[in-house]
Formats: sequence, structure tokens, C-alpha cells
Amino acid sequence: MADVADAQGRSTHGRRPWGRRGRLLWQIPDLAAGGMVMVVACTVALFPQAVTSADPMRTGGVPLQPPSHAHPLGTDDLGRDLWSNVAFGAHGQGGAGATALATVAGVAVGAAAGLYGGWWDEGLMRGAEFVQVIPRLLVALLLVALFGGDLLILVAVIALTGWPMTARLVRGEVLALRERDFALAARALGASGWRLLWRHLLPNAFPAVLVGLPIQVGRAILIESGLTFLGVGDPGVPSWGKVMQSAQAYMREAWWLAVFPGIALTVTVLALYLIAEGLHTLTTPTLARQHPLGPWRGERRPADAA
Amino acid sequence: MPLLRFAGRRMATALPMLAAVAVLTFVLVRLAPGDPVYVLAGEGGTPAYYALVRQRLGLDRPFPEQLARYLVTLARGDLGWSLHQQRPVGELIVERLPATLLLAGMAFLVATAAGLVLGVWAAVRAGSAVDRLLLVAATVGSSLPVFWTGLLLVLVFAWHLHWMPVQGMTAAPAPATAAARVLDVVHHLVLPACALALQPLASVSRLMRLKILEALAEPYIVTARAKGLPRGRVLAHAVRNALLPVLTVLGGYAQMLVTGAVLTETVFAWPGLGWLALDATLTRDYPVILGLVLTGAAGTVALNWLTDVLYGVVDPRITYG
Repeated sequence: MADVADAQGRSTHGRRPWGRRGRLLWQIPDLAAGGMVMVVACTVALFPQAVTSADPMRTGGVPLQPPSHAHPLGTDDLGRDLWSNVAFGAHGQGGAGATALATVAGVAVGAAAGLYGGWWDEGLMRGAEFVQVIPRLLVALLLVALFGGDLLILVAVIALTGWPMTARLVRGEVLALRERDFALAARALGASGWRLLWRHLLPNAFPAVLVGLPIQVGRAILIESGLTFLGVGDPGVPSWGKVMQSAQAYMREAWWLAVFPGIALTVTVLALYLIAEGLHTLTTPTLARQHPLGPWRGERRPADAA
Repeated sequence: MPLLRFAGRRMATALPMLAAVAVLTFVLVRLAPGDPVYVLAGEGGTPAYYALVRQRLGLDRPFPEQLARYLVTLARGDLGWSLHQQRPVGELIVERLPATLLLAGMAFLVATAAGLVLGVWAAVRAGSAVDRLLLVAATVGSSLPVFWTGLLLVLVFAWHLHWMPVQGMTAAPAPATAAARVLDVVHHLVLPACALALQPLASVSRLMRLKILEALAEPYIVTARAKGLPRGRVLAHAVRNALLPVLTVLGGYAQMLVTGAVLTETVFAWPGLGWLALDATLTRDYPVILGLVLTGAAGTVALNWLTDVLYGVVDPRITYG
């Protein structure tokens, strides 16, 4: 148990956060577990053929068969193998790539707003506020009604509405950091605004962005799967949301149709959130060692427990 | 009165925001392939007929003029005409709004109330097994897709245990007495409200825990403890101050609830706006979705405005210059 308590970050106090990386990775089980799940998920997404020999779209098997040796997760209403659908459905998480774009845009906007201030700040933050007011899922549905259900357009649109969170974060960091002594020193040495930003402010704002990134990717995946669950997207491409949509009609007979794709989706998003959690622990090494209200009645101090 | 003036000023910035959403949706519709005249007038007409329709609808006018007309129509409260249902969009939305407000409102209440209690509990026992368990539960809770939570709840509580109805808002022959009807709706409300509440509940509890722990590190807590105040009183100081940042994010949950409501209503066939949105998407009834986008944006703007004003009421340190 002592190891787990350490991993919460309490006893990493005073250590260099990036030092002895190998050991730290294991001291932060969130990061290790999340990372391992994501490695597995990405491998399956890239090479689904490696884990299943069945064709996800081939119909004609016995429909609604419970999990068995031949079909580890059972079959769906058309006799298609559920495991291969889950494996091939992993690749559908295209929102991840577009989220990277949104993050870059968010960093740029936030940095500009924080550094230049004044009208720039006012205008850009109004823009961010505007984008955050738009109901993303409804706009996605509007686009489907107007342009048809090409999921690629939707993913791009959804990710493009994802930049305000990063922008606000970076703006806040830049505003706080530019008043610090090291920024003042850099300016006194004649550093230009660009150099100040690039060499001094952004590297210090980086941990905050890094922590936010997996959360953004997780949200994009949730929205994307929500859309496929609503029946948007190419019916010929396997996706977790689509399997769960068809599961609704067979809830009483075939629980596995609803349960397994959901587990895959939840574990993926959970892994991303755990990575965010772990990165947060990694970048903020000094967390309180003792409860500020003092030990609870009859409770041992954390120091005793360790 | 400075608070009133502040509320008015925030309102004044909120309206252009809504107008911008309206402009955006208008541009999106105009970018779509296909001529709206063919959609409205049907295929197979003569060119003269199409020209007449175009003129009657004002579609032959310059783009800025069309946009201005659209905005004026919206400002009058006219959200347009549903292509599929052949009824005013405003009427459809008003009809479905109460069901969604009931669902989202209940989910919001459950999420905030339970989130606050769990957050305080976890903060008080920070570092203990209870805290770690709650933290794990909150992390898992925020990764659960709302529609999957709904499916699992239906699977367990409706299909297997038969405690709750599978879907809908009322039983098929509605109960005779008013009291029984209310109970019937509540019975139908339990599962969808729980499904919708889970994600905001998880994030409220985590934020509350964090903010209380931060507040407990402040010097005034040391003072309070040094004065010998009982634990509960000290905690009450911290909770009051932790509530402020939690209040700010509540506006953000409007988004979560709008998205969640569409998915939850689909799972539970709840007759609200979300179901209307899906219906309209499948029938390509874009004026209805347009109206829903504007309604959703207006709801979010209104909640943000309310949060700002409430912030001023709750936090005496805020002054309005």
C-alpha cells in the first residue's frame, strides 16, 4: 500500500520531477496503466487483423449467439462476429488527430491573447466564448442534415470547436508567467516578444497544455462515438457506437452487444484520463503531505502509514 | 444597483453572441449543396414556377439582404417552418421543451447536490481509502459515455430487475388520478436522469474536493484552527469559499447537458428536444435543427449570464466598476 500512497505524489516531494524517469513511470501507476492501455488500443486500431481472423462485415453466421469459443464476444443480429467488430471499430477514433490541430490553434490563440493583451485579448477571448456557446453535437447534426453523414467533416468540425479550452488555459498561464521575475529578466536583456514567448513562457506553460491534451482527445472520442450511436456515419464501416445502436433492439436477448463495445469505449477514454492524471502528478511534484485539518479521529498520519 | 447595471451590461454582450450564432448557421445552410427552392417547391416544376417561388421567398435578393431578413424574423421569435412536419419550428420546440427541462433540470439537481456532498466527504478524508475510492469512481464516472450508462441502466434495472420502465415518459394508458400521473412520470424519470447526471456529478465532486483542499491551505484556516474552532466550523469556512469556483463551471455543464440530453433521450425515447433533433436529422429537416442550435445556444448564454450574476451575489469581494 505504501507504494500506492507514494504514487499519489505525496512522497515525490523535493525530487526533480523529470529525473529518474524509468522509476517515476512505475511510481505513477495512472500513467503506466493508461499508457499501456493506449499502446494496446493503438496497436489494435492499426492492425486489427492481428487479433481477429473474422471479417467484421461478413454476415451469415448464427445471429445473436452468446460469447463462445468461436466468437469470444458473441455475434450480432446479422451473425457478424462482435469481437472483430470491436477490433476493427477501434480505428474509428479519428477525432484524436484533429484534436492535435485544435490544440495547436488553441496554444497560438491563447499565447497571442496573453502576450499582446488589449484589443487582441478582448477579441480572441470573445471568439473563444462564442465558440463555447455553440452546441457542438447539435451543430454536428445540422451538418449531417445539410451535407450528409461524412464523419470526416464532422470530426474536423468537432475538433475545431475544441480550441477554446486550450486557448483559455494558455492565456492564463502566459498572463501569470509574463509578470514573473525570469520573464522580467529576459525582457531586461532585450528579448523580443516572440523570443520571450518561445523560449521562456511557452515552455513553462507546456505542462498545463500537456495535461489537457489527453482529456481533449477523450472528449472528441466520446462525441464521435455519440454521433455513430445516433446513426450518423458510414454504415459499412465498423464502429463501437454503431454496434451499441443496433444493440438497443436486442437488449433482452443479447446483452453482449450493448456491453462489450461500451467497455472498449470506456476503457479507452478512461486510459486517456488516467494519462492526464499521471501527467498532472508528474508535473506538480509538491502536493500536501498531510491533511490540513490534521489527522481524522483514530486515523494514522500518512507518514506513519508509509 | 451596480449589480443590476452589471447584469444589464452582460446581457448586452450576450445578444450579439446569439446573433453571431444565427449568422453562422445561416452561412452553413447557404453553403449546403442543392437549391432550397427545389426542396421547398418539389421536383418537376416549370422554370417560371421556380422563379415565382424564388421571388416569393426572397431568395432572389442579395445575400446580405437575405441575412438581414433572417435576423429580423428570428428577432420576432419566428424560428422557421419544419419541412417534414409542416408546422412552425417554434411550436415544435415549445411543445418538447418541458420534457427536456424536466430531465436536464433533475439531472442538474442530482449532479450538484450529490457532487457537493461527495466532494466535501472526499476532501475531509483526503488521502484515506474512502477518498481514493471516490477518486477512482469519479474518474471512471467521467469516462462513461452517457448513452452506454443509459443502456446499462436499462439492461439491469428495466430488463432484468423490472424495477423501472424501459423507455418513454408515461405509461401507455395514463393513470387516472393526477397524483398517480405525477408518480408515473417520476418513475420514468429516474433512469434517464441518473444516466445524464453521472458525468457532471463526477466532475463536480472532483472539483469540489480540489477546491476545498486548496481553501484549507489558506491562512484564514490556520487562524480558525488556532482560535480553537471545532472541525466542522473550520470546514464550513472552507466550503463556503470552495463553492465560488464550482459555481463558475456550472455554466459549462449546460453544454454537457445539451449533448447528453440528445443521447439520453435517444436511449430512453424521452419525448424532448434531443429526440426531436435526432428525428429531424434522420429526415434532413434542417430548419428544425437550426432552431434547436439557436435554442441550445440561447440556453447556454442564459446560464452563463445567470452564473455571472450569481457570482456577484454570492461573492461580496466582486465590485462592478
